[in-house]
Amino acid sequence: MEHANVATEITIHHEPSDSTKRIWKVFWILLIITMVELGLGLSLYALSLPEGLRMHLIKGTIIILSLAKAYYIVSVFMHLGDEIRNMIMTIVVPLMLFIWFILAFIYDGNSYKNLRNKYDPYYKERTTEQKEKKAETPAQPGGKD
Amino acid sequence: MTTTAVSQHQTKWWSGGKSPFNVEYGKLMMWYFLMSDSFTFGAFLISYGTIRFSQNYWPSPSYVFNTFPGAGEANLPLAFVSLMTFILIMSSVTMVLAVHEGHHGNKSGVVKWMAWTIVGGLCFLSCQAWEWHHLITGHHAVLVDPATNKIEEWGQSMRHNPWGPAVENMTYHGEKVTRPGPVAFGGYFFGITGFHGFHVFSGVIINVIMLIMAQTGVFERRGHYLMIEKAGLYWHFVDLVWVFVFLCFYLI
Repeated sequence: MEHANVATEITIHHEPSDSTKRIWKVFWILLIITMVELGLGLSLYALSLPEGLRMHLIKGTIIILSLAKAYYIVSVFMHLGDEIRNMIMTIVVPLMLFIWFILAFIYDGNSYKNLRNKYDPYYKERTTEQKEKKAETPAQPGGKD
Repeated sequence: MTTTAVSQHQTKWWSGGKSPFNVEYGKLMMWYFLMSDSFTFGAFLISYGTIRFSQNYWPSPSYVFNTFPGAGEANLPLAFVSLMTFILIMSSVTMVLAVHEGHHGNKSGVVKWMAWTIVGGLCFLSCQAWEWHHLITGHHAVLVDPATNKIEEWGQSMRHNPWGPAVENMTYHGEKVTRPGPVAFGGYFFGITGFHGFHVFSGVIINVIMLIMAQTGVFERRGHYLMIEKAGLYWHFVDLVWVFVFLCFYLI
């Protein structure tokens, strides 16, 4: 009623909702997703999975669940979902740059690792866990006792 | 009703005479600031990811973050950070409730929920202070020099990382011994959680100012609580960033 004069930029007013039901619903969604994420994170620890497909699947699931949390926070808590499409696009479209940003830099880091391991075998031996165990187990008892 | 009105006007927003975004100027600028801030955080986290992918070994978060205040040496992986995450989600909820009360012009409701939001922010900062202190002052046996079996006790710092691969068949006062871990871990952890913590801190300051302004009736005289909405956007963004900090440092 009185908020008709809030700002001249606003042509169409959003009617504020009367109940807080939606807020609490999103709270429960966020809480449950976080607990599932924790469960998956702990399962990585409890199973002590080797680097491989199963570990990547679990980590991928955690990442997707985090994106879902981000969607709920931005859309409901920050009320971006209630804005008009022009407004949503001006925020969301620039964030698409992250797709390239993440892929390019992760690929770069991985490539650097592969190159260093290829051309510096001593570095690889020194920093890799499995290799180190094999190399050190025979040497250890003799050196210690 | 409003939704149908919006869709009717959707293609005509650019023809002039009205703002194409239908958002108050300050709020729109807050959105753009948050978008640029998300690129800052994104750059930090992606840089962390790049370095992590370039390493053959990276410490598992369940081993690094396994303590709880008052629980001594008990092995409780991720328990404390879950509490921190819960506190931040909860303070996000109280913030959105304050915004909700602001929409209805309810001064006492705004003041109440803003106060709870500030409490949540301060709790989170205290938790982070404890965690940092615990990591920095920790004592972990590290095999510094394999040739002479020289062992030093390290805490997590910018220069030292005690969370390297475990050394088999070697204990130090009953504790397992590790080799030095990747040094970048400390810099990234303290840098990124510190930058996030600074955001939380400035968010708490902003919220305190908003609380005082609401309490003294500034917004009531103004006739709207738009400033609460803008502070709310910032606070939710801080929560949003924590979702990804939590993901990158503690979960995967």
